[in-house]
This record gives sequence, structure tokens and C-alpha cells, in this order.
Amino acid sequence: MGGKEDPNMIEKEEVEPPHERFSNVQGVSDDLEPKVKKYLRGDRADLEVVKDKRLKGQLEFREELHGQTAKNAAKAEKWLMPCEEGYLEAEGLEKTYRIKQESIITEVDILSSRKAFDIVLPDLGPYTVDYTSSGRHMVVAGRKGHVAIIDMKTMGLIRELQVRETVRDVAFLHNLEFFAVAQKKYPYIYNSHGTELHCLRDHAGGPLRLQFLKNHFLLVSINKYGQLRFIDTSTGVAVGYHRTGLGRCDVMEENPFNSITGLGHSCGKVTMWKPTYGAPLVKMLCHHGPVTAMAFHNGGHLMATAGMDRKIKLWDLRKFEVLRTFTGHAKSLDFSQKGLLASGNGSRVHIWRDSWGDQNYSLYMSHSMVKGYQVGKVAFQPYEDVLGLGHSMGISSILVPGSGEPNFDSWVANPYETSSQRREKEVHELLDKLPPESIDLDPKKIALPKPMRRKEKPSQKEREGEMEAAITAAKGIRLKKKTKGRNKPSKREKKKQEVLVKAKRPFLEENMKEEQSRKKQRIGDEEASLPKALQRFVRKKGAVI
Amino acid sequence: MSRFDIRGALTRLLQGNPSWAAVTTFGEGRNAVSSKSYSGSLDNSSQESSHGLVGAESQQDHGLPNVLFFVTRAEQSWVRKMKVKVISRSTDEFTRERSQDLQRVFRNYDPNIRTQEAATEYVRALNAAKLDKIFAKPFIGAMDGHIDAISCMTRNPNQLKGIFSGSMDGDIRLWDIASRRTVSRFPGHQGAVRGLTASTDGCILVSCGSDCTVRLWNIPVANAMDTDGSSDSSEPLAVYVWKNAFWAVDHQYDGDIFATAGAQVDIWDRNRSQPVNSFEWGKDTVISVRFNPGEPNILGTSASDRSITLYDLRMSSPGRKLIMKTKTNAISWNPQEPMNFTAANEDCNCYSFDMRLMKEAKCVHQDHVSAVMDIDYSPTGREFVTGSYDRTVRIFNFDGGHSREIYHTKRMQRVFCVKFSHDGTYIISGSDDTNLRLWKATASQQLGVLLPRERQKQEYLESVKKRHSHLPEVKRIVRHRHLPKPIYKAASLRRTMVEAERRKNERRRAHSAPGTMPTQPFRKRRILTEVE
Repeated sequence: MGGKEDPNMIEKEEVEPPHERFSNVQGVSDDLEPKVKKYLRGDRADLEVVKDKRLKGQLEFREELHGQTAKNAAKAEKWLMPCEEGYLEAEGLEKTYRIKQESIITEVDILSSRKAFDIVLPDLGPYTVDYTSSGRHMVVAGRKGHVAIIDMKTMGLIRELQVRETVRDVAFLHNLEFFAVAQKKYPYIYNSHGTELHCLRDHAGGPLRLQFLKNHFLLVSINKYGQLRFIDTSTGVAVGYHRTGLGRCDVMEENPFNSITGLGHSCGKVTMWKPTYGAPLVKMLCHHGPVTAMAFHNGGHLMATAGMDRKIKLWDLRKFEVLRTFTGHAKSLDFSQKGLLASGNGSRVHIWRDSWGDQNYSLYMSHSMVKGYQVGKVAFQPYEDVLGLGHSMGISSILVPGSGEPNFDSWVANPYETSSQRREKEVHELLDKLPPESIDLDPKKIALPKPMRRKEKPSQKEREGEMEAAITAAKGIRLKKKTKGRNKPSKREKKKQEVLVKAKRPFLEENMKEEQSRKKQRIGDEEASLPKALQRFVRKKGAVI
Repeated sequence: MSRFDIRGALTRLLQGNPSWAAVTTFGEGRNAVSSKSYSGSLDNSSQESSHGLVGAESQQDHGLPNVLFFVTRAEQSWVRKMKVKVISRSTDEFTRERSQDLQRVFRNYDPNIRTQEAATEYVRALNAAKLDKIFAKPFIGAMDGHIDAISCMTRNPNQLKGIFSGSMDGDIRLWDIASRRTVSRFPGHQGAVRGLTASTDGCILVSCGSDCTVRLWNIPVANAMDTDGSSDSSEPLAVYVWKNAFWAVDHQYDGDIFATAGAQVDIWDRNRSQPVNSFEWGKDTVISVRFNPGEPNILGTSASDRSITLYDLRMSSPGRKLIMKTKTNAISWNPQEPMNFTAANEDCNCYSFDMRLMKEAKCVHQDHVSAVMDIDYSPTGREFVTGSYDRTVRIFNFDGGHSREIYHTKRMQRVFCVKFSHDGTYIISGSDDTNLRLWKATASQQLGVLLPRERQKQEYLESVKKRHSHLPEVKRIVRHRHLPKPIYKAASLRRTMVEAERRKNERRRAHSAPGTMPTQPFRKRRILTEVE
């Protein structure tokens, strides 16, 4: 029995569906499977379109290598990661959103408990905050001109300055050494010593929001008049200037997945822009009323918007459809690295989470500040379980377990970076700076084989439509006024007819040609269906009977 | 004094003074206290309202209006039943202990934390291609000393940095590549030296020339090379005079036998003054000979009757002959796949053959615009170098239809011989202008010892470049070479001619009876017959 079974088993193993070779998820244990899928970064490239056989072979081999790398990365993630994700689990019927900050703080270790704080700065608020990409430093800015950089690890103040002007927004550039501040008339760039380096006079008109696209070294600003400007901070070249034409706009977010800039307008529209194209790539009507806040998920498939119509909506950016709608206002929204969504409104902060990774967001935590505080900005600290809040009375932070990515990559963003490492990284970042043209809705399209361009014939209906259009265009032509009897009504009528015929002619000729080819085809078919001896009797064109 | 003192607040936060912190807490209890007090401070920034807010704890701060709320461990009553964990990293675990240690590196390959990877990689590939162009400085130096054109070269098997060269005036020199100086000279030949070869064991150098002599020389030992000065170190070990002028010589890889080419192919034993065997097939002069590196008894020759002939020493008669439309100037065997060889042809192309199947070439390597004079395989067997009458040196991949590199200088004239160095990193070319020239095999390669990190980085860039090399922009940069004007013109003229011929053939085919003019692949087109 056993002897008979064995060859069958071998046979089964050897038979391999042709396309499974690249699926790569095969042959790994169940717990690794989702991880491998993550590292495969989407489907394999479609190589059928590649004509060059040799190139196709090479690319196929690379796809295979890619699958192998994904497996290795999944294994490394499983075994080699030093830190684990945070979590908050309620016991029994208890709900996580009923758990208060103070009870969380008493439960966690003393180092983590220090990360939650309130700093009350009543005079120069309301405050806004921004983190560096490693989460190590925070810059805070008060409306009345107070700017400060804080080291979040040592809780030390690095620099504090007074710009003595209205400050509307603040953003770090590629590292802590530089930050941009949107002031009364212009955005300014300061270094970490508080020295003013640049005044961006091109970006005049009362900048309202600033964003820095760190892959591209682009500083983006939107001003009171809805003018969107891009400047390359490494070279100082103005890369793009677009007038949105939709009025004042103070909602601007970068989609980290593809570096597209999203704007929320007072007409309820959300538009998405890239620097090298003068019109929005996407225009969508999201709310019946002004858009008050928006945020993009790291994975690029989700967008959250909030409007004055008391709705917070989650959008699927692949289909541009609403996934979920919550009721409520939000002054500010932010997605964390692990996909948690924070919304701040009034003195309350809500945090939403999709527990199963299925975009089915539900309330996870909520926190209320002192009554009367107006939360103006929520921002998750990268690589930490902390949510930073800028409000009318200063800055605060609360603990949100499970929000941050627990493991950092030293070459991507290192919270423990030394100054020499930072300098070296700056050089590498500049070398890897992406050109502004690389910003596109689908960033994975780059370096993939292009799909074949098939020349499609216009359908009968389309052709008829074109003919109609040509005829109406011909009818619209105004004839010149002629002299010496050539302007007689009969002549004019004749001329008109000529023009019409001329317009119709190419279409009719096309039709005729098609008819002929169809006829030929039919004759060929008839001929083929007949026996050889009878084929000569098939009626040819022009034959008379 | 500022009224927005964050520093004070932060220091107090770090001190974590519980008695201070207990004053204010999160939640409902706090609301009443703080909301009342800060409304006062918003209205008027009077000192007393600020004092009222802060209370007694901030005396050292001159009554600043900022307050820090946080919770102490005392308030256990609010704790609900739950499990909680937050990310908590201790600095010690993530930084180095002492300043002598290496910085600690942590990796996370998650695609979500590095966005736009595809674009970044593409930019890296593009930059790597550009950097390659910037650093491409292949020419290392010229070795000057001969007073006539260099006709032949051979490597010194004892040393990485030794090379022998023979010139048209009968001079033979041993060069030290590292210092680019003559180490010793071997005078004796009356006419041109046409062939040079060294035995694999590194004892004997064999030279032959148009003065009808074969001369055997002692190769100086390795340390003698370090002594400076171009001394006429040695007398020949032996001088064998024969009936005809010689064109080439090659030593067996494994054994004592060497072969000379002239009016016929002569097989010599090192210790005998006369050839032990002679092969003749046709009346024309044999112009090159090369032993197979894998099978010591097989050798390939090319002759001026446009033929390539393979001989087996174990048989009395020649083995196989292939006649092409033009003459083959030199052949070279692939040292890693010894059944394959490449022939440098007069018609500007090189043809790679499998010696078992010579009906058609495996690959045609085109790019030269004049006759290819010499060819030599890299020890890796993945690429070969050719020297041409068009005054350029080109490097081809063993399976590449076009060259991957072209080397030229203003002063280099027609190249008669090329050699790879033993380690495959350098190329030596000998040309009509009496100079040997030393080139890097990879134009942008960094010489000297690389640190492991440097090497890794370069390997990474190389693979990224390779991965994107089919994309038009990268391809354009990688392929682009500046050519001397005569070569550029000759190349475009050649293209025109080839195109014209193709068109003409097409028309002929269209106007002749179907089947009378079959299309022949380029790999077969230049081959006339194969004779067994």
C-alpha cells in the first residue's frame, strides 16, 4: 500500500500550476503568509507585454528574486524585531473608549508615563505642532509668534524664539535643522538656532498651511487666495504655482503614499495636486459645506475628511468611494503609522481604529481636555504611542497604545540619530531626491513595463457621432461674400452643398472600404466552405449572371 | 523674562515632583480648577491671576503662567480592568555603550515606512549610471620604450604585474605594469618578432619572428623584476632556425609542447631543435594559433585563405576547417567554457563559435569599423577585449552583440595586440605608435582596497542599475560613448551600407521566384563552407 502511494505523492508535488511559481506565498507557514504578502508589495508585474524575449527572461528572474526577498523579509520581521507593538485591551464588557488617560498612565512604565503631559501656555496660543519624521523632535508654534523646538526623548527645549508676527503653521523640513513657519505675509525658513535663513517672498499672500514633501525636498504652501506653491528647498527653484480658483483654503495634507497634495475647500470639494500639472488630478465633492480637515493613510488607500456638515468620512482612494461616515465635527484629523485615526474637535479627541485591518473603523479611545480648550491640531508622534495635541491653551500629549510603528529602521528614520549620522543622512537624502515629475497618483507605476498600446477602431456609433459633428461644423461655416454674380443664392446653395459633401466624404469612404472588406471576407468564407471543385463558381465581385 | 516658558515646564516635568503634580489632574476634577483660572489669564495677563492658576509650586519661576498637568501613581481609584502596553524604548538598548563601539543599526523592511520606493530606486539607478559616467577614467598610463610598432604580447605567468611585448624591430621587453617600466630586455631577433608565448609553469618564454628563428628564453624570477633598470639580462636558452618565417606561436596549457604558425603549423617540443610534427592543409600562410585551455591537445588556427582550422595533436591529420568570406586575424578560446572560441575577423566583426557545431556562429559581435586585429578573453570568460585597425579597443560581453565599452585616445594608432591581465582588472593594448597602454577593464572602477561598506554600496548600486538598465533613460546614459569623429562617421557609413545591402536583397528577393533566395541569418551569412 505504502509503496503504491509514494509515486502518487511525488507526482502531486511535481505538478505545479504555471503561474503559481511567482505567487511566492506558497511554501511558507500560515502565520508568515500575510507578512510575505505585505513585502511582495502588490501583484507581480505583468510581463506579457514585454516583447523582448531576453529582457522578459531577465525580468522574470528578478520577479523570482523579489519573491525570495519578500520571504526573507517576512522571516526577519518574525524573528528579529526588537520591539513589540503596543495594545490596549479591555476586560469583560468594558470598552476601550471608556478607559481614561489617567488609568493608562498609572498602568504603564514610568518612562512612558512621562510622555503624556499638558503644557499650558495661555498667552500666545492657539498652538500647532509638527514632528520630525523620526518622531524625536517636535516644533510648536503659537498663533501670536511663539515658536519652539523640543526634544521629545530628553524633554529638553532646543530653541525657542519669538517671531513677533502672526504664525499660522509650522513644518519641519528634512531634519530638525530646518523648519518653515507660515507667518503673516510670507513663509520663513529658520534653522534650529532660530536664525532666519530665508523669507519666501514668492509665496506671499498670507500663507495658511505648509507641508514638506521630504522625498522631493518640496515645500508646499497654500495662501489666503487659494494659491498653491511648490518650492524646492535644496535648490530654491520654484517648481510649481497653481491657482486653485476655489477661494481661501486652510486644509492641506500630503498623501505620504504618493506625495500628492490634497486640499480641502470651502465649497466642500477636495482637490489633489501635483507640482507639474496645472489642474487638479482629482476633484471630488466630499461634503455639503466647507471641508474642515483631512488626513491620508500611509498605505495610500484611505483618506479621511471632515466637513462643516457634521460628517467625518472615510474614503477609499482606489475607487474614490465613501467607505464609512461618522457623525461629528473635526477641526483636525490624523492617521497614525499603524492606521489609527485621530480627530480633534472642541476640547475632545477621538481615536478610531480598524481592529481587524478591514477598514471597519470604530471608536477606540476618547479623551477630553479641560472644558473650553479648543484642539486645533492632532498629530501622532512617529515610532511612539503618543498623540500630540496643539490647542488654544498650549500643547499636550496623550498615550494611544498601538498607534506607532514599534520598530524603526536606522536608515529611514532613526530617533537615536547622532549628529554625524544626521549629516550623512542629509547627503544621502539629497542624492536620492526625487524629481517633481515622479509625483503621480500611482507611484508603483514607475519602472514597470508599459502596457501594450492597442489601436482600437472607433465603433459604429462613435463614427456616426463624429460624422454628425463634422456635418454640423460644416453647416456652421459662414461663406464669404463674393462679387460678380457668384454671390447669387443658387451659387451659395451649391457651395454649401459642396462643403457638406466634402465633410461627409471621408466617413463615407471609410464605410465603403469596410463594406468591401466585409464582402471579401464573406466570399473567402464561402469559398472555404465549398469543396475545391466548386470554389471557382463562387460569385466574385463584378461577375454578371 | 518670557511668559511662555516651556523650559521651566519641561524641567518640572522631568523632575516629576509628585507633590506639585498632585494639585492638578486629568479628568473632571481638574476641569473646574483650571478652566476657571485660565479664563482669567486670557482676559488680562495680570500677575495675580497667573499666580492663582499655578499656586505655590512655581515660586522659582517668577510666577509663570504655565502649568504642567500630569498624573501620579497615587490615583489608583480610577483604574479599570484592562491590559495595556505602549512602546517603550530605553536609550541604552538603542545606542552604543562606549564611543569606541560601532553605532547600532536596526532594520525594518516594512514598505509602509518608506514610501515611493520604486521611484527612489529608479533615481538611484539613474544616479549610479551618471556617477559611472563621471568616474569613467579608464586610461591609466602608457608604457613607452619600444622604437617600433608592438606586434605581440604575452602575460608573465609568474607575476600579476608582468607582461612581455615584442616589436617589429626585433626587440622583446618585460614590463612591470605597476611601475610601468621595462624590467628586462631580450635582444636577438633580426627581424620583426611575430609571436610570443610563455609556458604555463613560468620557466620559458618562446618567441618567433620573421627572421625564421624560434628563440627560447629564461623568464627572470620574480624578485629580479623588482630590481630596477632595463638590463639585457639574458642570452636565449636556445635558438632554432627553420625554413620559413613565423607568424605566431602558442604554448600548450599543460605540457612541454608549443606550436608555431607560418607556412604550416609546426609542433615543437621544448627540448628538440626541430618540430616534432607538422600540419598542412592548403598552401596559404597560417597567421594565428591558439591552444585550447581545457583540452591540451586541441589547437585552433586561422590562415590567410580565410579559414579557421581545428587540429587534434593525437591525430595525424587536421580535424576540421571552416572557410569564411573574410580572413580571421586571431582567435581566442573562452577559458571558462573551453569548447567556445571567438574569432576576430577582417570584416570588422567577431564571431563566437562552438567548436562542436561550426555551421553557424553562436553570436556575432559587431561594432568595430575596421579589421579586428587581436582578441583576448578575460580569465572570467564573461567578456573579451578586441583591438582593431580603427585605433580603438573594445570590450564585449561573451554573448553580447554589441560592445559594452570602447577605449580610444588621440595618440593611439592602430592596435595590433590586446591582453587582459591575469586578474581580469586591467587591459593592456599594444599599438602602432610603439606604446603599450594600460587600461582598466571597468572604466569607472575604483582602484585600491575597498572598505566592506564601500564595496556593499557599490554592489548595491550596480544591481540597482542592472535592474533598471532596460528603461530608456538609464539605457541612454549607460550606452552613450563619445566617439572620435572619424570613427563616428565610419560607423554611420557602415550602417548606411548595411542598410542599403539589406534593402537591395529585399528587392531582389521580391523580384525573384519564391524560394530561390532564402533569408540567411547573420550568424551564417559570412560562412562559406565547412570542411571535415
